Amino acid sequence: MTATATAGLDVEQLRKDFPILSQRVRGKPLVYLDNAATSQKPRSVIDAVGRFYSAENANIHRGVHFLSERATGAYEAVRGRIARFLNASSPGEIVFTRGTTEAINLVAQSWGRSTVQPGDEILVTGMEHHSNLVPWQLLASQTGASVRAVPITDSGELDLDAFDRLLTDRTRLLALTYISNALGTINPVRELVARAREHGVVTLVDGAQAAPHLPVDVQALGCDFLAFSGHKVFGPTGVGVLYGREALLERMPPWQGGGDMIETVTLEGSTFARPPARFEAGTPMIAAVIGLGAALDYVGSLGFGPIGAREDELLAYATEQVGDLDGLRLVGTARRKAGVLSFVVDGVHPHDVSAVLDDEGIAVRAGHHCAQPVMRRFGVPATVRASFAFYNTREEIDALARGLRRVRTLFA
Amino acid sequence: MSSLSELYQNVILEHNRSPRNYRPMADADRHAEGHNPLCGDQLTVWIRTKGDVIEDVSFQGSGCAISRASASLMTSAVKGKTRQEAALLFDRFHRLVTGALAPGDAETLGKLAVFSGVSEFPIRVKCASLSWHTLKAALDRGTAQPTI
Repeated sequence: MTATATAGLDVEQLRKDFPILSQRVRGKPLVYLDNAATSQKPRSVIDAVGRFYSAENANIHRGVHFLSERATGAYEAVRGRIARFLNASSPGEIVFTRGTTEAINLVAQSWGRSTVQPGDEILVTGMEHHSNLVPWQLLASQTGASVRAVPITDSGELDLDAFDRLLTDRTRLLALTYISNALGTINPVRELVARAREHGVVTLVDGAQAAPHLPVDVQALGCDFLAFSGHKVFGPTGVGVLYGREALLERMPPWQGGGDMIETVTLEGSTFARPPARFEAGTPMIAAVIGLGAALDYVGSLGFGPIGAREDELLAYATEQVGDLDGLRLVGTARRKAGVLSFVVDGVHPHDVSAVLDDEGIAVRAGHHCAQPVMRRFGVPATVRASFAFYNTREEIDALARGLRRVRTLFA
Repeated sequence: MSSLSELYQNVILEHNRSPRNYRPMADADRHAEGHNPLCGDQLTVWIRTKGDVIEDVSFQGSGCAISRASASLMTSAVKGKTRQEAALLFDRFHRLVTGALAPGDAETLGKLAVFSGVSEFPIRVKCASLSWHTLKAALDRGTAQPTI
């Protein structure tokens, strides 16, 4: 039985949708295993962006001319597409940002600065990407609040007993990641959000790693905010999404001032547009938004059922092939994991591992993955991370295992 | 030779395995910390000077093979040199790893010439030069350590 047949996706055929995958790197076929950093783009996304600039480009929400009206319609249609993707109540709950990072900073600076009081606590976890930690540290220093972190266990799961202890009357916000970018852990977000809501705590979910891997349903999760990035879900860079519960967005003050976010402006002062326009000052990344719409259509045509099954299979195969190599230690062995394999090789720095793999045409990430507290927790300066997408193959994982054997030989 | 084996020459692999002068220095008169936020590499360089001469130099820290071997070879290269000689060596070394050294000048670098392969990997220039930058920081404005 072939890998392709078991997962229900014709991977060989799908790979042809991604022009970049057919190239050779350093004389070898490219093996792209850095999908958690950014995913590759299908032809339909590349074409949608190209078509926008070739035939459709105009500024939106302004001109009363054909192109502008059409561009506005296309841009707003993607907002609706994203509302369906996240199962939001209405497109008005979808704010376009530059990415997950900007979405979280928006919440920290708009909701946070108007709500958080001295002595309040912001609860995060020890596995957050810096983008879901540093904005809260900044907010804490601006408001006199403090940041607490839920510790993680040796396998890379959240310590749920500690979570309950850390959730107190002082907690104002819970900000946690759905899937850890450094460990691959899938957190029990729905359950933790429910516990937080019992305490009246506002919740924000970092969905950057989740959006490409599993269906994200904000109503089922019950969260108040959720952020994700277009480029990790096979769309263009430079566009991301903030979902915000309507009642909260309505009460939030503007974050950045400028065009498109106002109602009336006089020299004495201004009144502001309703959400989501209130949070989208200036000309946005229109072409990237159009590309993101095409990316979600592409993902939708495959379905998260087959995508998830394919990725689970790749992860299981990689864990077996790579995890058993001599002198190799996996970092992050949670029971529920997405397609991320983080590891260290005894006596060899991750950068050297990555350089040897690169010579074999294999792209992995070496470093702290913008999650330095996770590295510190596991007592390593950095790890090597191979991360999978549905278009990866067993042969590519075999190449990774061969490359790692070469690392051991070279640095023996 | 492939560019990878140019990068990881045997001398580099050997110095990575057993780095020279890898120890803290109790009687150092200066030290500095070096840090590469890109990869999390960090090292400390200690020096003891007498007048203008670097009498002793040592280092400790964590980093990739290139950064560790470079620190090891740096300490061997500058020990007993004057500040000016060390600065000149750093300048030549930096030109070597960035591919800006005139052909023929590599010999003047002695063992340090093994880092010539780095110029093919621009992202590794920082790894190779971290210990040198840290040495320079220690010489220029290193914290005077309290005498023990």
